[in-house]
Amino acid sequence: MARDLKPDAGLLYDGPDWDYGRVRRAFDAIERIAVDEMGLEPYPSQVEVISSEQMLDAYSSMGMPLFYRHWSFGKHFARDEMLYRKGMTGLAYEIVINSNPCLCYIMEENTMTMQTLVMAHAAFGHSHFFRNNQLFREWTDAESILDYLDFAKRYIADCEERYGHAAVERVLDAAHALMTHGVHRYPRPRPLNLKRELERERERQRFEESSFSDLWRTLPHRDTGEDRSDPDLDARQGRLGLPEENLLYFLEKHAPRLAPWQREVLRIVRLVAQYFYPQKQTKVMNEGCATSVHYAIMTRLHETGQITDGAFMEFLHAHTSVVFQPEFDDPRYSGINPYALGFGILKDLERICTAPTEEDRRWFPDIAGSQDVLGTWKTAWAEYRDESFILQFLSPRLMREWRLFSVLDDTGADAMEVEAIHDESGFRAVRRALATHYDLARHEPDIQVVDVDLAGDRHLILEHRVVDGRLLEPGNTRMVLHHLANLWGYPVTLAEVDAASERELNRFQDIAPDPTVI
Amino acid sequence: MVNIIDRRLNPKDKSLANRQRFIRRAKRQILDAVRDVSARRRIADVGQQGEESIRIPSDGLQEPAFRKGGAAGVRRHVVPGNKEYRAGDRIPRPEGGEGGSGPGGGSPDGEGEDEFQFSISRDEFLDLFFENLELPDLARTQLSRVEQEGLRRAGYSVSGSPATLNLTRTMRRSLSRRLALHRPRREEVLELDREIDRLERSGKDPERLRELLRERERLSRRTRLIPYIDPIDLRFNRFVPTPRPISQAVMFCLMDVSGSMTEDMKDLAKRFFMLLYLFLERRYRHVEIVFIRHTHIAQEVDEETFFYSRETGGTLVSPALDEMDRVIRERYSPDDWNIYAAQASDGDNTPQDNPAVIERMNRTILPVCRHFAYIEVSGERGRGGVTDLWMVYERIARSGRPLAMRRVRRRGDIFPVFRDLFTPVERRG
Repeated sequence: MARDLKPDAGLLYDGPDWDYGRVRRAFDAIERIAVDEMGLEPYPSQVEVISSEQMLDAYSSMGMPLFYRHWSFGKHFARDEMLYRKGMTGLAYEIVINSNPCLCYIMEENTMTMQTLVMAHAAFGHSHFFRNNQLFREWTDAESILDYLDFAKRYIADCEERYGHAAVERVLDAAHALMTHGVHRYPRPRPLNLKRELERERERQRFEESSFSDLWRTLPHRDTGEDRSDPDLDARQGRLGLPEENLLYFLEKHAPRLAPWQREVLRIVRLVAQYFYPQKQTKVMNEGCATSVHYAIMTRLHETGQITDGAFMEFLHAHTSVVFQPEFDDPRYSGINPYALGFGILKDLERICTAPTEEDRRWFPDIAGSQDVLGTWKTAWAEYRDESFILQFLSPRLMREWRLFSVLDDTGADAMEVEAIHDESGFRAVRRALATHYDLARHEPDIQVVDVDLAGDRHLILEHRVVDGRLLEPGNTRMVLHHLANLWGYPVTLAEVDAASERELNRFQDIAPDPTVI
Repeated sequence: MVNIIDRRLNPKDKSLANRQRFIRRAKRQILDAVRDVSARRRIADVGQQGEESIRIPSDGLQEPAFRKGGAAGVRRHVVPGNKEYRAGDRIPRPEGGEGGSGPGGGSPDGEGEDEFQFSISRDEFLDLFFENLELPDLARTQLSRVEQEGLRRAGYSVSGSPATLNLTRTMRRSLSRRLALHRPRREEVLELDREIDRLERSGKDPERLRELLRERERLSRRTRLIPYIDPIDLRFNRFVPTPRPISQAVMFCLMDVSGSMTEDMKDLAKRFFMLLYLFLERRYRHVEIVFIRHTHIAQEVDEETFFYSRETGGTLVSPALDEMDRVIRERYSPDDWNIYAAQASDGDNTPQDNPAVIERMNRTILPVCRHFAYIEVSGERGRGGVTDLWMVYERIARSGRPLAMRRVRRRGDIFPVFRDLFTPVERRG
């Protein structure tokens, strides 16, 4: 099928040097393949050329072009810079931002082939994924994220000016500590619209200034007949919307002693966390999508004679090092490489669609032999996240190829046990175990606010639902609870309860707030 | 249509504000680290170029989050590369728990949490170093000012290198000369050529043609004789080197190392010497240091010996001054060197030596010194009373010699000495 299309397209470039004309020509050529031939639907792109120092800058603020200021970003920058200067780490080839238009950074040091690869990878692969994946559509607002971050940056700078660096830093520190537990995990009624956030912030303030929350009435009731010392748990939980797993949301809405600006800071951190939440859940797929797309596009460019053999070899070299997966006993092993896994599964899907074996027909009756590779890919990219993607599409053949096996590590036993390997009886167990790795809901501890002692000392009570006996790491937890108590303003207790037996395993009792802060 | 934007020229250091916040946050730890580093350092290295890698403990710098611990519970690792395992095999747990563990193992950001290492720039280092010295802000800004020196523009000259050619001036002069001397203009010559051409073709009016040819000859001769640009038109930008006083200085560090000087006192003295060195280094291109220690005898030593080796003996100051005088005469002629001296002592001197000290100071030392700073270190306890040496020097200072003296008990006392040192003489009165 390769020979009938544009055989006379001509070379896009020759040699390693790049300039704007060549970058633009390459971009247009990639766009023809990606959009016209493959039918991808990326956001419009904006390609920005940056230097390595700017890349380091971008690293330190979560890859975003603008961000509010906080010392922790400075800390990351200091570490990244030192590691980079000493040659201990390289820099990423690209950074891409889920926004519309999609911002795609390329580095000035790269060769023309790398620029082409990066544009195919980021501006088409990632961008298509951002625009079409269900999680991103539901939870992120690419149209206005940059405007929102601009608002957030100015808002926090204003706060710093008005209330002092230290006060803002305390709130941000505490909010960052709770960031992993500042997301809604279940679909919300209406899509997020960050553009309206600014107006809503003003509305909220007006409303709160004019209203009064009966929840925190300090005068004793006289005339009500109900038993005040022990109000009904259900009613209390109903009023506070408990149990609530989004700790930042809960604090923003119900913490009794926060000033309006402090609530707004919590809200900013919470919305940022929510914006990044889909990325955490789709690392394998997102990289797999981008890698497959760049692989397809570069191959096609080479087939149609638009890049030289030398450029293609350079691309292959870069590509194979990106999707390299060392084995577990290799000193280079540091976990499963998401690029390799994502690319492996998608390439395997291509094989299943075009040249299925008997086994594939048994495992994937819907798609085996359908010949519609792109259609299958696009459905997968749109509808799945890492966990469900692996659970659905990891094939026996790929497990055999990777020689995957699952090891049960029970700290109660004196040795680890090989639970399942890549054989007929083990495929499903291995696949399930791998998928669970990518299930954030299981990976991150399940912590919820369950009760508040409204009548007494306003104690906040949290519960960690312990799965598989894995308790929280105590040192860290105590620090986070301290931050939490500072935001709440009153003591906090966290109970660790086994999810299966409802037995209490551990308890962090009465972590009190610092007397002066917040 | 894709937008391609060059961001390379955007302001760098976008994360500078974050860095400042980080340094402010880690101030206490960084100050400690800088103090350690500067205590280990040689005096002349303190203002050295380049970056300083420092290591600080990370308490107060952690970013905690709710995490599951590795100590208890059941985990499953899925890993690639099975060679010989079958379902049901038992594997001993690897030491440290990392070998066979999957993506769940290890600390989440791959960083050891107890120490944090990073580099700070020279300016940041000096800033913190000065902060350790408890300097007032004004002095700090003056010190960290980066000195720009170079050539200064000073009008025009008639000679110079082609790179400094001033085109505007040159062309202006060329134009006025050509106008004044009536150099034929190009259009004029071309017009003439065209007319000659026309006449030659038509063959009419040979008289006029001859006349024109003569005229043409005259014009081209004139053009040749009056060049478009003549060497006398050339004007060059003139640069003069900024005049500088003698650009080298030598700093004499004199210290009493007899048993009465404690480590604390020596540390104070060292800081004083460091600061003096930094001041001098800003002022002079080249600064040398001479260390002279003394008990009842004096000798020139290297820095290591100066600060760290112990010596016993009585206390005589005049031999140190003699030694300094000898070194000056041998190596540092006052005509070529700015001579600074800093003496640190606990104030002891054998009373019989005092007249000799006065004599040496007045006759040989002070006349060649730009400044002589004496600090009397007395440690935190302090001994109240006036020492022998103090009385002697006070008498000398009263006669208007460039001698500054201070008692130093704490680090904060060190700076005022420099206020004297660097107030211009005429203003000091």
